[in-house]
Amino acid sequence: MSMPISGVSTTPGPAGPGGPEPAAGAPAGQAAPPATRALARMARAVRSNRKATVGAVLLAIFILVGLFPGLIAHDNPNADAYAPRLGISTAHLLGTTAYGQDMFAQLIWGTRNVLIIAFVAGLATTGIAVLVGVAAAYLGGLWDGSLSLFTDVLLVIPIFPLLIVIAAYLHGGNTIVLIIVITVTSWSYTARQLRSQALSLRNRDFLAAARVRGERRLYIIVVEVIPTMTSLLVACFLTNALYAVLFASSLQFIGLGDPNTVSWGTMLYWAQNNAALQTGQPMWAIAPGACIAVLGAAFALLNYAFDEIGNPALRPVRRTRVKRAN
Amino acid sequence: MTETAAEPLLRTDRLTRHFKVGGALSRRTLHAVDDVSLAIGAREIVALAGESGSGKSTIARLLAKIYQPTSGEIYFAGRPLSSIRSRADLLRYRGEVPMVFQDPFSATNPVFRASHGILRALTLHRPELGRQQRYEEAQRAFEAVGLAPAAEIMQRYPHELSGGQRQRVGFAQALAMRPKLILADEPVSMLDVSIRIGLLNVMADLRDKQGVSVLYITHDIASARYVADRLIVMYAGHIAEAGPVEEVLARPRHPYTQLLLSAVPDPRAELHVTEETDRGEPPRVIDPTPGCRFRWRCPLAIDECHRVTPALRELVPGHSAACHVARADAATVAFR
Amino acid sequence: MSSVRTDTDPQPPGSRGQAGPVLAVRDLSVAYAMDRGAVLAVDRVNLELYPGEFLGIVGESGCGKSTLLFAIAQLLAPPAAIIAGSVVFKGENMVGLTDDQLAAVRWRDMSVVMQSAMNALNPVKSIGAQLKDAMKAHGVTSADEIAGRSAEVLRMVGIDPVHLKSFPHQLSGGMRQRSMIAMALLFTPDLVIMDEPTSALDVVAQRSLMVQIKNLQAELGFAVIFVTHDMSLVSHFSQRLIVMYAGQVAESGTTRGVFDTPRHPYSIGLMEAFPSIRGERVPLTGIPGRPPDLSRPQQGCWFAPRCPKVMTACTETNPELYPVPDALVRCLLYAPGADGKAAGD
Repeated sequence: MSMPISGVSTTPGPAGPGGPEPAAGAPAGQAAPPATRALARMARAVRSNRKATVGAVLLAIFILVGLFPGLIAHDNPNADAYAPRLGISTAHLLGTTAYGQDMFAQLIWGTRNVLIIAFVAGLATTGIAVLVGVAAAYLGGLWDGSLSLFTDVLLVIPIFPLLIVIAAYLHGGNTIVLIIVITVTSWSYTARQLRSQALSLRNRDFLAAARVRGERRLYIIVVEVIPTMTSLLVACFLTNALYAVLFASSLQFIGLGDPNTVSWGTMLYWAQNNAALQTGQPMWAIAPGACIAVLGAAFALLNYAFDEIGNPALRPVRRTRVKRAN
Repeated sequence: MTETAAEPLLRTDRLTRHFKVGGALSRRTLHAVDDVSLAIGAREIVALAGESGSGKSTIARLLAKIYQPTSGEIYFAGRPLSSIRSRADLLRYRGEVPMVFQDPFSATNPVFRASHGILRALTLHRPELGRQQRYEEAQRAFEAVGLAPAAEIMQRYPHELSGGQRQRVGFAQALAMRPKLILADEPVSMLDVSIRIGLLNVMADLRDKQGVSVLYITHDIASARYVADRLIVMYAGHIAEAGPVEEVLARPRHPYTQLLLSAVPDPRAELHVTEETDRGEPPRVIDPTPGCRFRWRCPLAIDECHRVTPALRELVPGHSAACHVARADAATVAFR
Repeated sequence: MSSVRTDTDPQPPGSRGQAGPVLAVRDLSVAYAMDRGAVLAVDRVNLELYPGEFLGIVGESGCGKSTLLFAIAQLLAPPAAIIAGSVVFKGENMVGLTDDQLAAVRWRDMSVVMQSAMNALNPVKSIGAQLKDAMKAHGVTSADEIAGRSAEVLRMVGIDPVHLKSFPHQLSGGMRQRSMIAMALLFTPDLVIMDEPTSALDVVAQRSLMVQIKNLQAELGFAVIFVTHDMSLVSHFSQRLIVMYAGQVAESGTTRGVFDTPRHPYSIGLMEAFPSIRGERVPLTGIPGRPPDLSRPQQGCWFAPRCPKVMTACTETNPELYPVPDALVRCLLYAPGADGKAAGD
């Protein structure tokens, strides 16, 4: 009844990509594991995008400053040992505050606080958003309904007033409190974004293939879905870090942070308290303000590279001219 | 292959799957699959053919336990699937009835190497193997489907493989689980023509050398003929005709099968075309009334066709059709 | 059972030999500017199309057939560009014309039917609105004329004009493709270019659409270039056939000629890769190997690595298109002086 079919035809031939696209693809047999490949891809994207390169360089400078503040600023930021209200000079690069503290030292040492808030809050926000958003998308049904409802309720509440209320209720707080407060109020936006992205992936056959293979749902979410979203996750992290900087500084500025912490926001608070701009000490307000702006810009610029990875339509069109033969 | 007294490998009994359509408040149902009773034996390739909307992909997903039946039952090796409760039982079934998907470009996770799926499958389904043994089993499976050198190909990423190679990886994954029946959902539709034959030969090889049955779902009758032992033709959620593939193609009894065969382009044959060439509009079966679902397109429809849904009945041993007008002698021909 | 004109004679009445060709493509080459250098996607293609003729272009993915189509329609976007050759449409070379100059020709004299109607049709506009858009863009302003012509083209393709109000997702796949064709025929162009219009359709809808296209062609007299990967589909409908491989024309001739006596080993392999539903059931092997990577140019014939009749000369000499009775073949087996037989035949 069945015809004997001659042997299985093999696929010999040189290593190389195929498929519907013409030509170009990566050479075969790259030995790196997925994490290294993802990092390499991101590094390439950053290098090839000028805006992102600028952002990366700026961020690197801030990180270095945050890691080794003692190498750059030799004075103790907290010591009110100097003559107050000094102008810019070689001894005090930015002058001194009304309390006799060296402003430059405060700025440099404050970088550490700001960066810690940015990275920790950024990571925590993104982490929670991933769990909630992707689980909602993949589990669907009642899970999706309830998680989405929860997310949407938090989304609708305006973040900044909520931040103020919570921080005030906690009688202001140190860095940890700030981080928690920012995380709790910010994750919902990213969760929505990630849910949409995960939903668009839900019908990809490799997820159905994993399910038919017998994988558990949690495994599929963590191992199969999330790694395909790495570019988006990095972009979300950068955005959340940016907003964490802005929110934290704002809270500190209005006095809800711990005024004794050395940070840019608290510098602004004290500057405001002492009417710095009116009393001829503009650097007290301008310097931390400018740093906040530049750090925020660094995150935003870096984000351009990841936008383009995620959405190839945003990539600049190659304008290389192809020469006509005649 | 005639039905023997022994239980076939897989059998469905009046399998039905409906979907709710319209908004949350709608009461309309789409009858994707209705009353399908089919059987697949050991070491055979059964082709399930039909247009889009015929229900063939839904059947595959019902058999793969991606959907649950609205009613009816599926029996595998005599056991009803509804009796599967524990995770161990479910895992065993998934290992014995794996699925290969249609789109090679979306069926593999782009962030992992080609070996990822098969190694996971082996970890889940053959836990007695150690790491080195799993690797060797995976290599054997890759070689069995014609991916050589296996060790090198296993290290590649999906974007470094062609569509044909990715589909072979899908078959290798299924093979590694030592299945009894592979559900192949249009495995060659998205491949280039000259690559398709290679994959079809892989399926035939799996049947001949590994003793695996295959349910080959397709809309391409010619490839069904090339590789299958039996052919089941579906229309609008029902089985229209079923039987040995050569017999059904040589003497089609259901008018829909005749229409399908007449529409297949064959450069070696003459083209016959009538003024009322059928448009090829498959129906969306929403809240259907009783009666044959092909009646609006059928030139042979009689009064009974509008009132009574025809049941699948055996006209000639092994060859059945669901048609009031079809006769054992195949004298009535609707479409040439 | 009356039959419809599906003749595949090479000389349909009123075409070749009387007027000049409606389209003449000469030595057309298209390249993509990639990171590693230019990739030649279309390599010196020549073709001629006379009024009312149906030309089929057949090939698999990566052979350049879609790029060729886009080049003819002047729809290439960077990084692809025409680097050599001419596309003379109704006597005028379209290569190098500005967008404004092309706009006069587009849709009025030459129109395009894309591969996937669901992607080409605007999902948030009704069919009627899209037809109206197309007409307004080309200077038709009278509401009566727009309404009348819209209903007329829909009827021409067998769609009830009541569907002018329907949205694309409400129509079946076959109807969507038909409305694309209706849109292409709004101004009764002289040339309609179709890029795999039936690939998303089932076999019955596909056959019906082909018959419809052929009927319209007989009625309105436009020429058709039909690109597909399915050779058997065009076998009954086209007069001439071009088989493409690796951006080059591998074989070209009359459809019946190419089907009855395929000469290029790729054409032979392609034809044998289609299992038939009638006749003997025989084991087939397809064509071993994979289409070549065009970004790595090589010496000699592109098909040599996969060719069952390869000779030593094939990896050294680039074959040209050699004339044979009724066709052109790019194969050293048919070079002048060769006898068409491989060693050991």
